[in-house]
Amino acid sequence: MSDEKETTINRREFFSYLTVGWVAFTAAVAGFLGLAFRFSYPNVNFEPEMDFLAGGPQDYDQGVDERWKKKYGVWMVKMEGRLFALSNICTHLGCIPNWLPAEKKFKCPCHGSGYYQSGVNFEGPAPRPLERYKITLTAEGIIKVDKTKIFRAEKGQWDLPDSFLKV
Amino acid sequence: MFKNGIEGFTEKVRETQIWKSIFRHGPPDNARNRAAVVAGNVFLHLHPIKLKKSGVQLGYTWCMGGLTFFIFLALTVTGVLLMFYYRPTAEYAFNDIVALREHVPLGIMREIHRWGAHAMVITVWLHMFRVFMTGSYKPPREFNWGVGVILLVLTLLLSFTGYLLPWDQLAIWAITVGANMAKATPLMGHGGPGASLAQIGDFIMVSDKNDVRFQLLAGRFVGEPALLRFYILHCVFIPLVVGVLIAIHFWRVRKDGGISAPL
Repeated sequence: MSDEKETTINRREFFSYLTVGWVAFTAAVAGFLGLAFRFSYPNVNFEPEMDFLAGGPQDYDQGVDERWKKKYGVWMVKMEGRLFALSNICTHLGCIPNWLPAEKKFKCPCHGSGYYQSGVNFEGPAPRPLERYKITLTAEGIIKVDKTKIFRAEKGQWDLPDSFLKV
Repeated sequence: MFKNGIEGFTEKVRETQIWKSIFRHGPPDNARNRAAVVAGNVFLHLHPIKLKKSGVQLGYTWCMGGLTFFIFLALTVTGVLLMFYYRPTAEYAFNDIVALREHVPLGIMREIHRWGAHAMVITVWLHMFRVFMTGSYKPPREFNWGVGVILLVLTLLLSFTGYLLPWDQLAIWAITVGANMAKATPLMGHGGPGASLAQIGDFIMVSDKNDVRFQLLAGRFVGEPALLRFYILHCVFIPLVVGVLIAIHFWRVRKDGGISAPL
């Protein structure tokens, strides 16, 4: 009789265990959902580097240079004594505009936004100028473009240091 | 051969052990057995055993929910068939889509899938319009309206994810534009409102490498990881969720009193 008392649980204890069980189950499910969320962010991807070396300032002629467009999404533009790295992402909805040398403008094929050589928008739905990337000279005099740092005209950042090189 | 012709034949078939093991009710020649036909079938039991007369009136329901489900089934079947010939990689995806039209037998298979996708979006909207116009969202059917709204969103997401798979210029730039909407999500997208608040000194918490667009595309732009991710979402993940929700949706129609009657 006494043995039986030790091995059985009463109603109150049963619900206590049940509560612990459900809390543990809920925590496990929530934990797994958290892991699944983290799982959806890869640690490594195989996109081009966000910074790159772009030769010397003397390598570029006046006007728009397209050599880095395909690989890094950057136009090197030399004008009015400045060299700057212009983003090739349209500020409207993120397509890639084309440089039209004859008309001296960037034209987006998606919705017709147009930009001057400087990157300033003048036609179509684009709400603001193209962005420029950080551009510096290394100790050896090589241009380094860093796409993680952005300079926006509408925030008055195009005259900040590192947004252009004097040439 | 059989004494009473075709009737005698069906009677013999009904007496076999195979038939009896599958259909455990008698012939549906009385109300009880007809109810048993529905209640004893895993697919039919989602459906009400008895219908109101108005429930089968085309002028009232437009059969838009049923048509949507029919198209969903057609899309599932054609979609599975297309998967036999389509490889979601940057190297093969576009060529496989062209091959589906040019080299694979029955090149219309992909067209059926595509037209069906357009048709399903249209019928889902019309179904919602009908439910709204007949007041079928009112108690006790509010919950099912909610399930229906989620199904509508998932239908649009199925269209969105499927749009990338042809891997042509139209697809890539449409998804680029669409994914940039995720970029503008408040707090969770690096271009959205609130993202600039989550910045401690030079450390940017919500950036293009950890926001919802990055999660959607598995990268900063639409590349091969995005193609694979959209393929899985389109072919496995969203259809599974939709399938479960469809079952709930149908079951709730039955539990909430069947298709709503005219007011």
